[in-house]
Amino acid sequence: MNRPILIGLAVLLSLIVIILPVAAIFTRAFAEGVSVWAQAVTEPETLAAIRLTILTALIVLPVNIVFGLCAAWAIARFRFPGRRALLVVIEIPFAISPIVAGLCFLLIYGAYGPVGSALQPYGIQLMFNLTGIVLVSLFVTCPFVVREVLPVLSVAGEDEERAALTLGANGWQIFRLVTFPNITWALVYGAILATARAIGEFGAVSVVSGAIRGQTMTLPLQIELLYNDYNTTGAFAAATVLALLALLTLVLRALISITHPATGAKP
Amino acid sequence: MFRSFALAATVTVGSVAGAQAQDTEILNVSYDIARELYAEINPAFTSQWDGEGDLTINQSHAGSSKQARAILQGLQADLVTFNQVLDVEILADAGFVAEDWQDQFPNNASPYYSLPAFMVREGNPQNIDGWDDLVREDVSVIFPNPKTSGNARYTYLAAWAWAMDEFDGDEERVRQYMNALLDNVEVFDTGGRGATTTFVERGIGDVLVTFEAEALNISEQTEGYAAVVPDRSLLAEFPVAVVERVAESRGTQDVARDYLNFLYTTEGQEILVSFNNRVHDETVVEANVDRFPEVGLFTVEEQFGSWAEAQETHFGSGGTLDQLLRN
Repeated sequence: MNRPILIGLAVLLSLIVIILPVAAIFTRAFAEGVSVWAQAVTEPETLAAIRLTILTALIVLPVNIVFGLCAAWAIARFRFPGRRALLVVIEIPFAISPIVAGLCFLLIYGAYGPVGSALQPYGIQLMFNLTGIVLVSLFVTCPFVVREVLPVLSVAGEDEERAALTLGANGWQIFRLVTFPNITWALVYGAILATARAIGEFGAVSVVSGAIRGQTMTLPLQIELLYNDYNTTGAFAAATVLALLALLTLVLRALISITHPATGAKP
Repeated sequence: MFRSFALAATVTVGSVAGAQAQDTEILNVSYDIARELYAEINPAFTSQWDGEGDLTINQSHAGSSKQARAILQGLQADLVTFNQVLDVEILADAGFVAEDWQDQFPNNASPYYSLPAFMVREGNPQNIDGWDDLVREDVSVIFPNPKTSGNARYTYLAAWAWAMDEFDGDEERVRQYMNALLDNVEVFDTGGRGATTTFVERGIGDVLVTFEAEALNISEQTEGYAAVVPDRSLLAEFPVAVVERVAESRGTQDVARDYLNFLYTTEGQEILVSFNNRVHDETVVEANVDRFPEVGLFTVEEQFGSWAEAQETHFGSGGTLDQLLRN
C-alpha cells in the first residue's frame, strides 16, 4: 500500500521539479519555430559566448586532469605531513560559494591585489579577460577529478604496483600499465563532472568577466543578459544550447556507468 | 594530453596579447539597460570615423556601480557612459578620470537626460498623474531599492524634492509624505530592470516609477501600459567621461573623445531621442516636441547641494532612508 504512494510521490516530484522546467526551456525556445531558434543561436554575440564557454572548458579540462591525478596520487600513495590538510583544502571549492571565489580572485589578481598590481607594470592583466575566467573556472572545478580518482586508487592498493616494481618496471611503465588502467574510468568520470561544472559556472565568472559583449561573456552570463534585455527567445535559445551541452555530459556519464559499473558513475 | 595543455596555455597568452591589436579598439563601459541604444550609436559613429585602420567599439553593460568598481579593479575601459554622476566621481577620486570631467563635455558632460516618471496600466484606471497620487491608500507602487539602484535613488530624491516644493519646505510633512510613499511600495527589487519585470511580467503594482525613457519605451513596445509624466520631477543626467588612465596607456584618448563628442552631434542626438531620452540639440528638440510632455525639473545640485551630500544625507547608513524604513 505504501510503496505505490512513495513511488508516485517520487515520480510526481521529479516531474514538477526537474522534467517540467527542462521541457519548458525547449518548448519556449522552439515556440516560434526552428528557424527563429537557429537565428537566435547563431547571433554573433551568442556564438561568441558559446565559443568562449567551450574554449574555457577545453583549457580547464587538461589542467584538471593533471592536477587531479597528481593530487590523488600523492594523497593515496604517500604519507606526508599535511596530507589530511591537503584533503580538506581540495574540498574548499565545494564549500565556498562561487561569488566569494570570484571576489577572492579579484582581491588578489585585480589591479589593487598583490599579484595584479605587481604584474601591471609589465602590461599583464589577469582579470576581466579569458585568463580570469579560466582561473576561477579552475578554482570551482578542481576537486572533481581528485574526488573520483582518490577512492579508486585507495581501493586498488599498492600491491600490483609493488609487483611491477619487483619485475623491473620503471615509474612511467608502472603508471601507464598498472595504475592508469585501474583509474581510467574514474578519471574520465571526474573530468566529465568538472567540464559540466565549468560550462555552467555563473557566479564566479560573473565577478571577473567584465561583461564585454562578444568577448568575455560566457554562455550562462549571455543567457542572463539576453533575458534582462527582454530578448526572451534569444535567452531560451541560448539556454537550450547550454542544456544540450549538459545533457551531453549526462549521456557520457550514463554510457560509462553501463560499460564500467565499477567506477563512481553508478546509475 | 600534455600537448593539449601547452596548446591551451598558448591560446591564453595569445588572447591576452591580442588585446593590443593594430586596429583601433575601444571599450565603452556602460550601464545596464543601454545596450540597444549603443548598438545603434556604435555603427553610426564607426561609419563616419576617419582614422586609420578598422575601429571596433566593444560594449560592456551592467549596473553602473558594479562597472565603476570593475574599472577600479582593472577593467580596461576607454570611456564610460553611466547613469550615475556618483559612479563617475568614484573614478575621478581614484584618478582614472580627470577631476574636471564635468567641464570636458557640454551640459555637465551629460549628452542626454531623463527624469523619474510613472508607468501605469492601460487607460490609467486609478487616475495617477502626480506624486501626490502615489501615497493614496488604493495605490500600490513599484520601484527598486534606493540602496542598490541608481534608478530608485532618482525616484526617492525626486519625490523628496517634489514634497519640499509642495509643502513649502516643511520637513515634517515631507517626511510624512515619504513615509506614506515607502509604505505603498509593494516590492523592492535590487535594480531597475528587475522592478520593470515585477510590474510587467508578474503584474504586481498599479504604478512603476522609473526613468521616463524606460516608461515611454515600454509603453511603445508593449501593449497594456501607458507612461505618465508628473508636472514636476528631477533632472537625471547620464554622465560620460574618458577614462584617461586607460585611454592614455592605450593611445585611444582621441577616439574616445571623438566618440563622446559624437553623442552631441545632431546625428547622435537623433539616435538618443529615438530611445526617448531628452536631448539638448535645438533642431532635434523641435522635431520631437510632441514626444515629451512639459515638466518642471529640480536638480540635485540646487535641492541637495551635490550628489555626494545627497548620498550621505539620504542613502548613507543612518540617513533619511534608513530612518524612514525603520518607522
